[in-house]
Amino acid sequence: MSKVRIEMVDRREFLIIGGSAAAALAALSSGALAELKPDDEVGLLNKITKGAAPAEGKVKLEMPEIAENGATVPLKVSVDSPMTADDYCKSVTIIATKNPTAYVCNFQFTPDSGKAWASIRIRMATTQEVWAVAEMSDGKFYIGKTTVKVTIGGCGG
Amino acid sequence: MAKARVKVPKKAKKGEVITIKTLIKHKMQRATKDKKTGEPIPRNIIHTFEATFNGKTFFSSKWDTGVSANPYCAFTHKVQESGEYEFKWVDDKNETYTAKAKIEVA
Repeated sequence: MSKVRIEMVDRREFLIIGGSAAAALAALSSGALAELKPDDEVGLLNKITKGAAPAEGKVKLEMPEIAENGATVPLKVSVDSPMTADDYCKSVTIIATKNPTAYVCNFQFTPDSGKAWASIRIRMATTQEVWAVAEMSDGKFYIGKTTVKVTIGGCGG
Repeated sequence: MAKARVKVPKKAKKGEVITIKTLIKHKMQRATKDKKTGEPIPRNIIHTFEATFNGKTFFSSKWDTGVSANPYCAFTHKVQESGEYEFKWVDDKNETYTAKAKIEVA
């Protein structure tokens, strides 16, 4: 009888300890993961802007309305900036919100670029919104968005 | 293996903003598994691109798996003097591909 009671206590203790340890571990791993792999588009955006909300405008993102082949979708991005030594667009990051890896690419401009303009071809898994986040030399962030309808996804291999 | 192609105008006026087009042959292989054998295929993509003019980097780009195979990239440069461009691509195997082009300011 007494032996059974001891076992009961042991099991309960074990459950309490085990449960809290598992919860702590889960909290830790989700936090660590978010930092290591910001695949989520909102987390990625927050990482780029360091939590600041980017303003709409200034960034023009040109993509086709419908992409027949998701493996190669043309993208053109331009940012309204004088591109002088004191006032220029430092970088633009492209985020494909529904791709397995939301982070696509990042362009680094200098005043020597003349224009904050770049063109590239990207892979798109599915119909989704694409974001272009611009960082200006004064530390401000701007965002431009566009939606592309993808007929055949380009991430399935 | 990889072949890079760049398109730079031969001549420009001082202060002119020119467009440079680049294209390189590369698979941009995502980390995946072989469909038949199930063996893992490691990621091998070009992750860094850099454009320099007379030794000074004026444009660079970081790429992830979302960039298409045989990456195309176009950008601009404000030309102030004659000189030479150097373009550099680096992939996950640490292989570096380069291309050069000259421009003359009239």
